[in-house]
Amino acid sequence: MTMQPCDLLVGGASASGEALVLDRPISFWGGVDPKTGRIADVRHPQHGLGIAGRVLFLPGTIGSSSASAVLLELVRNGNAPAALVLDEPDAILLLGLIVAREMGWTPPPAVKLAAARHAGFAGRRVSVSIDDLGAVALSADG
Amino acid sequence: MTLELEPQQRDIAARPDGAGMAMRIVADAARLLGAPRLIPIASAHIDGALYHGDSGTLFAERLVEGGARLAVRATLNVGSLDLTGCSRDRMPPHERSMARRMMDAYRALGCEPTWTCAPYQAGHRPAKGTDVAWGESNAVVFCNSVLGARTNRYGDFLDIACAISGVAPDYGLHRPANRRARLVFDVGGLDPAFLASEIAWPVLGSLYGREAGSDIGVVSGVAAHPGDDALKAFGAASASTGAVGLFHIAGVTPEAPDLTTALGGEAQARTIKVTPAMAADAQARLSTAERPDRIDAVAIGSPHLSPAEFTRLAALLAGRKAAVPFYACTGRHALAEIERRGLLDPLRDAGVTVVADTCVVVTPILPDNASGVLMTNSGKFAQYAPGNTGYAVLYGSLPDCVESAVAGRPARVGSEP
Repeated sequence: MTMQPCDLLVGGASASGEALVLDRPISFWGGVDPKTGRIADVRHPQHGLGIAGRVLFLPGTIGSSSASAVLLELVRNGNAPAALVLDEPDAILLLGLIVAREMGWTPPPAVKLAAARHAGFAGRRVSVSIDDLGAVALSADG
Repeated sequence: MTLELEPQQRDIAARPDGAGMAMRIVADAARLLGAPRLIPIASAHIDGALYHGDSGTLFAERLVEGGARLAVRATLNVGSLDLTGCSRDRMPPHERSMARRMMDAYRALGCEPTWTCAPYQAGHRPAKGTDVAWGESNAVVFCNSVLGARTNRYGDFLDIACAISGVAPDYGLHRPANRRARLVFDVGGLDPAFLASEIAWPVLGSLYGREAGSDIGVVSGVAAHPGDDALKAFGAASASTGAVGLFHIAGVTPEAPDLTTALGGEAQARTIKVTPAMAADAQARLSTAERPDRIDAVAIGSPHLSPAEFTRLAALLAGRKAAVPFYACTGRHALAEIERRGLLDPLRDAGVTVVADTCVVVTPILPDNASGVLMTNSGKFAQYAPGNTGYAVLYGSLPDCVESAVAGRPARVGSEP
């Protein structure tokens, strides 16, 4: 069991899922299929993998300012990640979660954790726990 | 840092209507960004009217139902449909209907139906030093870099929320101190003939984006202003390979009269000396098709073509006919102008499909062809076409694209780094 305190970027309920640690930054627009949550960028090393229901670790995000729209659509159609773990807050992407909340669609939580700490979670089941005071921790089984 | 809202802003944010929703979105974004306050903006460019799924339509309609109206001028980026009827798409009925509802909702909010990713060539050019809220990565980078107006990379939803509220979070590129270059991208070692070619700008842009990431850089070694179309291609390519929001070119762009000014007296973090091998590699990386013996379509116009680019296209075609489908994407501003210049009918006779209001990587216009090869001169199309259309990409200059379209197979006439 590994416990890692981290900062909450956009609130949500506690969540868990199998970790998907991206090797390289990704552009959600053009890089992720908004219907299925599959990684559609053929140049991305993890092309073809699905982000739906995973705790998605992002070393960075690239490019288009429509990333938030893709994330909002994934929240609405149930194919969003269970949680997002970002190296740096990306306002463009996270806006998708803020708008989801305004629309009354429950967004997954997004937390901040330095990319150097992402690799240790690869392949494990990860829980994002948010307590009543807003303290956030990532924990991994096994 | 805590966000301080003015009493009037707090009152609006507490309202249940569309204006309240817009103000809450701007304020939430500001908190996420660590902005201490909201600042007034002069205009907006809205990227949110492109259909990615029903959620975006429902969001825009929620604003309309809530009685929201724009506080500042806002132009619209491309939609999913060509409302001019110049081209046909293959969208299924449900998607087409939702896309149309979305475009209608943004117009109902008061946005101008420019439907272009090159608003800066359609009469929307905010003055140097003004704060604006622009969306769409190429429009953002052009606005900051070439016009010298100040915007962050506003994503979908935040752009319209700012346009309705008339304010934006005070952070990032709105602050002069954050606009200085930390990186020198020196192209002075490249062959001047390559640098003078059209292909240099998208190729170097894609390299710059990969090298700079989100850092602000200054390009040095450029002898003369290459023109808005070249800077448009450079910026678009850079913002498709990196999180580029602002670049400077020493002696060319408004905040970089020279290298020292662009660096703002700060010790430079790093210098990248671009070699011919690096440029050649960047050019090769724009293609995903491995030595194709045929091409299935050509697409140009990302960002949207200017009238000058259409004039060049017509001259290169020189009355010949394309043997494969040829798409040229643009906005209504240029469409009206090329019609006035008598270019539209000859281009159509040559087999060119003009696509207006939208573009071929955001909506299904290209023939459905899972093993297709698409040729383009756009660094941005090259980046996004494989993921969005399924086509493999062969990258080349505009003359290469035209010769290949006429021949129906790859034909190269362009210059190499």
